[in-house]
Amino acid sequence: MKGRKNTASFPNILAMIFRSLYGEREKRMPARHQRHHPKNKKTAQTRPDGPQTRVSGGDFSDKLHAYFDLHAHALFSSLGRLVDSPYTSIMTITVLAIAISLASGFYIVVANLQQLAGNLEASNQISLFLRDDISDANARKFAASIKRNPSVQEVKLITKSEAMEEFQTYSGFGEAVKSLGKNPLPNVVQVLPENALEDRQELENLLNTFKQAFEVDFAQMDMDWVRRLQSFMELARRAGILLSLLLGVAVLFVTGNTIRLELHNRREEVVIAKLVGATNSFIQRPFLYSGFWIGFFSGVAAWFIVAVMMLILKRPIEELSGLYEGDFHLLFLSYSETLVLLFISSLLGVLGSWAVLSYQLQQLKPE
Amino acid sequence: MRKPLSTHYSSTTENVMLKFDRVSKRYPETGDVLRNISFHLQHGEMAFLTGHSGAGKSTLLKLIAVIERSSRGQILLDGHNLNHAKDRQIPYLRRKIGLIFQDYKLLQDRTVFDNVALPLLIAGYGRHEVSRRVRASLDKVGLLGKERKYPLALSGGEQQRVGIARAVVNKPPMILADEPTGNLDPELSAEIMHLFEQFQQVGVTVLIASHDISLISQMNYRVLKLDHGQLVAS
Ligand SMILES: Nc1ncnc2c1ncn2[C@@H]1O[C@H](COP(=O)(O)OP(=O)(O)O)[C@@H](O)[C@H]1O
Ligand SMILES: [Mg+2]
Repeated sequence: MKGRKNTASFPNILAMIFRSLYGEREKRMPARHQRHHPKNKKTAQTRPDGPQTRVSGGDFSDKLHAYFDLHAHALFSSLGRLVDSPYTSIMTITVLAIAISLASGFYIVVANLQQLAGNLEASNQISLFLRDDISDANARKFAASIKRNPSVQEVKLITKSEAMEEFQTYSGFGEAVKSLGKNPLPNVVQVLPENALEDRQELENLLNTFKQAFEVDFAQMDMDWVRRLQSFMELARRAGILLSLLLGVAVLFVTGNTIRLELHNRREEVVIAKLVGATNSFIQRPFLYSGFWIGFFSGVAAWFIVAVMMLILKRPIEELSGLYEGDFHLLFLSYSETLVLLFISSLLGVLGSWAVLSYQLQQLKPE
Repeated sequence: MRKPLSTHYSSTTENVMLKFDRVSKRYPETGDVLRNISFHLQHGEMAFLTGHSGAGKSTLLKLIAVIERSSRGQILLDGHNLNHAKDRQIPYLRRKIGLIFQDYKLLQDRTVFDNVALPLLIAGYGRHEVSRRVRASLDKVGLLGKERKYPLALSGGEQQRVGIARAVVNKPPMILADEPTGNLDPELSAEIMHLFEQFQQVGVTVLIASHDISLISQMNYRVLKLDHGQLVAS
């Protein structure tokens, strides 16, 4: 039975599918024609057919096949035309891909920044800078006393020496600081308020209590810059939407113009089709498919551009997030986002062509 | 999919394929090109449309194919009033007419088969029906066996036969030919005319615009004569 495996090989399957689609119909057809038009052969050879038959022909399934054939033909012949003029196609698709990748790249960057901002928000905290004359031991005691406050979730003490160590590791100014002889950094107590403290007034109250403590030199709420970051993010998000809209319009116009040129190049064909009774939708079809292919390929190319962009940015961003000890993973386009990207690009391609065609075909008169 | 065309039958025009009733055509640039034209053609009738160059022959044919619209008067094609035809109905009206041109209007980058098949693809025929009809049509014009050739590989007479095969492949009840032999020598012209006679014999209405008086006079058919946009004899 091992030898039978061969029959399921890929080319065999293709051949089988092909035969089932066409071969058997080919075999079936002559019989049917003889049944339906018994005198057909003779008439066709001796004299021309009259106008007896109304404008309809073939049975329903043949017509249905014809309909799908037309679409399939339009789909692939429009692809063929793109390949036939590679330079024009590549130039158009590159321009569109750049526009689309700008929009989707912006989207990805904002998504990543939002994730970063989200991590920062989780650590939104109050920093208490202690007076210089407070010893490490007293600082510890103070920290422990704060921990007992019910509004406080977590307390972390960073002593002068720990702060110095960290500073030396990351800043690169280690030697310079050492030469000062004295550690200029204060002891810092980082207080994370209870999650329930969303209320700004309560946070202010807590902050004021800390400010009045004897050990505290000054207190600062990190919230403020998180807020600022958040509003900046909102700004970036909106800018992204505006940018995408503008670039979307650009994509519409570029595809529209490409299709207009193609229509111009195939004007003769369109005119002849109109003269022999083509409807506008018949004429539009291959051009709409051209628009689809242009949009689709631009989307694919844009995806690759964004991917390369992200690969280049991956290391610096991950280093940055390492500094914050954040739980940060670089985001890339998910499967569904990729599908949306391809869908929108294809849709823009079709819409751009459609807008131009419905206008141009209205204008175009035979001869 | 196919919307029924509005029909307008009147009892007296039952057997009339084409009826012009006081039709005028005015172009803004050139003024009245056709003036007060009235005539009709019976189903299966064959007629010549003649007149000097610029008399309005092509314009008259364009009105029938709704390539242009009349400025005044009524045109009835197979019972349909063309004045009332909406833009989206025009393609279906054109499928009733086989158009033939002096310059053949063939697609040079398509084979003979594909050129002739075009009207059938447009009308939505299946591939087997298309193949059968294209062959039958090419057979009628004596070009069976040249399906795979490109138009430029054919002589002028053969190219015009391809144009005729394309015009009749859909079995339209009417054929309009605008100077079909204008680019052909007399012998080929006579052959083409003989083809038209064959279509007329099986019931197709044929209207041929031509200014080739000698050719027309050899054949015994009705002649509509235009002179500066007016019908002077019919
Ligand atoms: N699209 C048009 N716009 C303006 N004038 C036209 C147009 N088409 C034809 N004409 C004018 O109409 C007249 C008749 O033209 P045509 O019907 O082509 O004549 P024929 O076919 O008999 O030689 C000519 O004077 C021509 O200049
Ligand atoms: Mg003319």
